[in-house]
Amino acid sequence: MDIQTLTFIIVGASFALYIGIAIWARAGSTKEFYVAGGGVHPVANGMATAADWMSAASFISMAGLISFMGYDGGVYLMGWTGGYVLLALCLAPYLRKFGKFTVPDFVGDRYYSQAARTVAVFCAIFVSFTYVAGQMRGVGVVFSRFLEVDIEWGVVIGMAIVFFYAVLGGMKGITYTQVAQYCVLIFAYLVPAIFISIMMTGSAFPQIGLGSELVSEPGVYLMDKLDGLSTELGFAAYTDGSKATIDVFFITAALMVGTAGLPHVIVRFFTVPKVRDARISAGWALVFIAILYTTAPAIAAFARVNMIDTINGSDMQGTEYEQAPSWVKNWEETGLIKWDDKNGDGRMFYAGDERNEMKIDRDIMVLANPEIANLPNWVIALVAAGGVAAALSTAAGLLLVISTAISHDLLKRNFMPNISDKQELRAARIAAAAAICVAGYFGINPPGFVAQVVAFAFGLAASSFFPAIILGIFSKTMNKEGAIAGMLSGITFTAAYIIYFKFINPAGNVPENWWFGISPEGIGTLGMLVNFVVSLAVSKVTAPVPEDVQQMVESIRFPKGAGEAQDH
Amino acid sequence: MAFENEQAAKAYWKANVRLMLTLLVVWFVASFGLGILLAEPLNVIRIGGVKLGFWFAQQGSIYIFVALIFVYVWQMNELDKKFGVREE
Repeated sequence: MDIQTLTFIIVGASFALYIGIAIWARAGSTKEFYVAGGGVHPVANGMATAADWMSAASFISMAGLISFMGYDGGVYLMGWTGGYVLLALCLAPYLRKFGKFTVPDFVGDRYYSQAARTVAVFCAIFVSFTYVAGQMRGVGVVFSRFLEVDIEWGVVIGMAIVFFYAVLGGMKGITYTQVAQYCVLIFAYLVPAIFISIMMTGSAFPQIGLGSELVSEPGVYLMDKLDGLSTELGFAAYTDGSKATIDVFFITAALMVGTAGLPHVIVRFFTVPKVRDARISAGWALVFIAILYTTAPAIAAFARVNMIDTINGSDMQGTEYEQAPSWVKNWEETGLIKWDDKNGDGRMFYAGDERNEMKIDRDIMVLANPEIANLPNWVIALVAAGGVAAALSTAAGLLLVISTAISHDLLKRNFMPNISDKQELRAARIAAAAAICVAGYFGINPPGFVAQVVAFAFGLAASSFFPAIILGIFSKTMNKEGAIAGMLSGITFTAAYIIYFKFINPAGNVPENWWFGISPEGIGTLGMLVNFVVSLAVSKVTAPVPEDVQQMVESIRFPKGAGEAQDH
Repeated sequence: MAFENEQAAKAYWKANVRLMLTLLVVWFVASFGLGILLAEPLNVIRIGGVKLGFWFAQQGSIYIFVALIFVYVWQMNELDKKFGVREE
């Protein structure tokens, strides 16, 4: 069978599975819609969290990024996993004990203030929309390449599927669909990785293959081969990287803290029955994430060696374009590979200096990897299904946060406190539907800055939510004045720095102009410190925390009596 | 009050915070220490065919993160039992 038919069958089968689950897991109450009734098994929740967390960017782009960045790619690997340690140790158990539905719920109640709640709602909505536009785009890209429909139609199909199970099932539908999506995406990620690892290094574990000798050149380690190729072609050595140490430090910290402050991740820990389930569930989530994240650097290294070999030829003289394998031409059609025969010898050549004739988009490292390594067609179709699963599961989780923020935090807790559960549920469904349409619009007409605002989402979460929640749990004396002043100063500082370097003066976005050598990607860490300092200073000189709030803080610090997530 | 007395509540919280800080020190050393600040000097040592600093940045730190959470869960469950605040 050809790739096209196989892709239709495999992606179609996965869609049928998701829809079947959605019908089975319909939500009947707001509690089921917001937190899946609070009865999800911790292992299932861990899997759902992993699928929720690993987006199209993790699945499609990350290995490619590492492939091109070498050592520096470690910022994503450490940053997007290390945050779970913070979540498990500092946030998840306490927020579960607190027992409401959303992050703005916690901020509003802990800081006894509608203003704080409103600040939190807008941060949550902004962060989530930033993210979701990218996910819809990811769905579109996968569809257009593998099913050969227009990107627009790809986005519309993706919207229809998410619409079905998010609007119908809420958190309950999303959670159980995400469990299925995790299985699809991890299988799709591992199969080609294992195939390639065996072919190149003889080891069935890509993580071990990374440190093994090459089958084709016994006695030569993969990493040494890669370092040699990189320097020979005018790149930095693969294991050295080119970012300044301080920048690597700050970017990693911003990604870690940002991860722990993202509302769609935090809210997942409200869905399990007990506090100790929230703790262990974070552990399972990280196990399931680590399976992909420890495989990614291996894929990155394999793919880079393979790609250089194919394009430059094993003799490093360049491969004649006429004899290039079909994947080069396939991906040229999508614009993700470009070849410009500068020296007119009819041969392709890839390098880090003036000899270079290729433009290679990092996204193809995962998508084209099976083709580059000559794997069977069904593996290629499987990767398509995995990419779609990764994008859909994250999009659904984000859309839920947006709809909850509107129906629960804004309507129920702010404007219309007297609406019934049925009305609130209807509002949540309408909000979810509207959010899907907005996200789809951005997917079809991506604002030019989508890629640029990714730093925003993490920086914003790191500099706003994270300190407010940490202080809310670990300090009984942090008051509303301190928290609000901290959140606003942290966000303003971070946003101003990013906007200046990304939009106002992009030409000046070079290390010489950065404060302390910290890039806009890493500035969220400094914003977080600003938040902490301002919060502590302001709280010292303003009114003390009311007695009942202090007691609430006392009560979230131990597990007993958590009960189920509370209705209001 | 779920604790027997005020002192028990204080002792529980103190033990909890101490455990958390200890594990966070390991977390910091594994990632920021071995994977970033000390990566270059560590790169002279090799684990299989991979330089050690590079390995910590792209593999080792992640394994340590996973282990940390499971140690935390196990220790906290023990602590909950000891102080009688475990959920039924």
